[in-house]
Amino acid sequence: MNAITITNLSKKYGGFTAVDNLNLTIEQGELFALLGINGAGKTTTIKMLSCLIKPTSGNAVLLGDSVREHPQAVKEKINISPQETAVAANLSVIENLELTAGIYGQDIKTAKEMTEEMVSQFGLDGVRNKKAKQLSGGMQRRLSIAMALISNPQVLFLDEPTLGLDVLARRELWASIQALKGKVTIVLTTHYLEEVEALSDRIGIMANGKLAAVGTVAELTEQTGTNKLEDAFVVLSGGAV
Amino acid sequence: MRIILFAKRNIKEILRDPINLFFGLGFPLILLVLLSVINASIPPEANNPMFSIENLAPGLAMFGTAFMALFTGMLVSKDRTSSFLMRLFASPMTSFDFILGYTLPMLVMSLAQAAITLLASCIAGLELTGNLLLAILVTMLTSLLFVGFGLLFGSLLNDKAVGGICGALLTNVAGWLSGVFIPIDLIGGAFKKAAEILPFYHSVQAIKATLDGNFVEILPHLIIVLGYTIVIFILAIIVFHRRMSGDKA
Ligand SMILES: Nc1ncnc2c1ncn2[C@@H]1O[C@H](COP(=O)(O)OP(=O)(O)O)[C@@H](O)[C@H]1O
Ligand SMILES: [Mg+2]
Repeated sequence: MNAITITNLSKKYGGFTAVDNLNLTIEQGELFALLGINGAGKTTTIKMLSCLIKPTSGNAVLLGDSVREHPQAVKEKINISPQETAVAANLSVIENLELTAGIYGQDIKTAKEMTEEMVSQFGLDGVRNKKAKQLSGGMQRRLSIAMALISNPQVLFLDEPTLGLDVLARRELWASIQALKGKVTIVLTTHYLEEVEALSDRIGIMANGKLAAVGTVAELTEQTGTNKLEDAFVVLSGGAV
Repeated sequence: MRIILFAKRNIKEILRDPINLFFGLGFPLILLVLLSVINASIPPEANNPMFSIENLAPGLAMFGTAFMALFTGMLVSKDRTSSFLMRLFASPMTSFDFILGYTLPMLVMSLAQAAITLLASCIAGLELTGNLLLAILVTMLTSLLFVGFGLLFGSLLNDKAVGGICGALLTNVAGWLSGVFIPIDLIGGAFKKAAEILPFYHSVQAIKATLDGNFVEILPHLIIVLGYTIVIFILAIIVFHRRMSGDKA
């Protein structure tokens, strides 16, 4: 079954088209990577899918509910780790996690259990009572992602999740994401090719607001007559190999 | 449930900033001491009761709550530009949850502030009666006006502009055009007219009537204040909802 069905989805800012007539389906349990250079339209796409901005035209249906007609129903099923770290600065790590869990409807007991799970999964135990604003950038990012996972979403949006993480933290996050594969539908944006190769089932390459190509690594290299994802990406983003 | 969780977060956010505590709870007390001293030095022949404690207490109770506009506005505005609120906008929280979640902590603050200001006024000579409890509640009710202003401007403007409008402009208008600092009845004319059109003077009168046990006079003043409050809240909800649903990102 499809988790996400996107039809003719567009977003215009004045005369500028940030996302141009997107058509795409993503299956349940799939990890789909949106790959593209800065300004390609990845974040704008994620924002429309997570009901943060309204599409100028077109629609997207998530697990049976349209972002246009039933954003409230969509919001119950999704969670997002925004591109910029999104934590409550004056709350502690624990408070941030428990608040998020509660907002998604977990009772106090479940919220506390889930918080402990996230704290250990993301290595936050040493800073559990520190205010978020006192954490390093990398730690804040981990917290931000843990807050996206704590609600057990059916669809998870990760907008550049490894931005600002060091190599080790990045690998740990990859492992966490891999552990979710098959259970949760994940849409991840990135401009790191090795991240895409390590994690994704399928890839959508975005350039200038358009979806230039969709497929597995093998399909994309075949389609472009190249050997590596990097070369396929350059060709599809409009560059020369 | 969501409302309570969000309200708790907001109250933590406000109370973890000591400047808020100072303006919220301490500032009306400083004014109380200052103006009481001035009152003591006004010779009785002058026959000017404007800073007498019966007038001062309701005025300062109202004036203190004017800072709720600043607190609310700053919080909403700062939240709005943070990715944290973006995360909450993508969550199942409704605009109703947000508005109530921002408003409830302010009501608690107003309640505490009014209690402190009015009880301190009793030390300064105000008669301690059962009406004082009621006056605390009336003050809390009139503080909704300022919470509404904060919600509205916080949804519209950045935090610097909110500081200017809610912090400087609104507190001054509320202070001068309510008769807390100047005798409006003595000045009369256009000044008095303006004060009577605006809600701030009526807030003070409603609180004063309650303290005086002059119950029939409460409602006419309160209705004017609540009328303004309802209109401002409706505007705030509309603007906030638009921001939230990404009509204007
Ligand atoms: N609110 C906005 N107003 C005007 N232009 C915007 C707005 N948001 C994004 N854009 C533009 O849309 C394009 C796509 O942005 P974005 O989706 O953030 O790209 P990406 O996430 O792929 O880096 C960029 O050119 C950006 O400047
Ligand atoms: Mg982006």
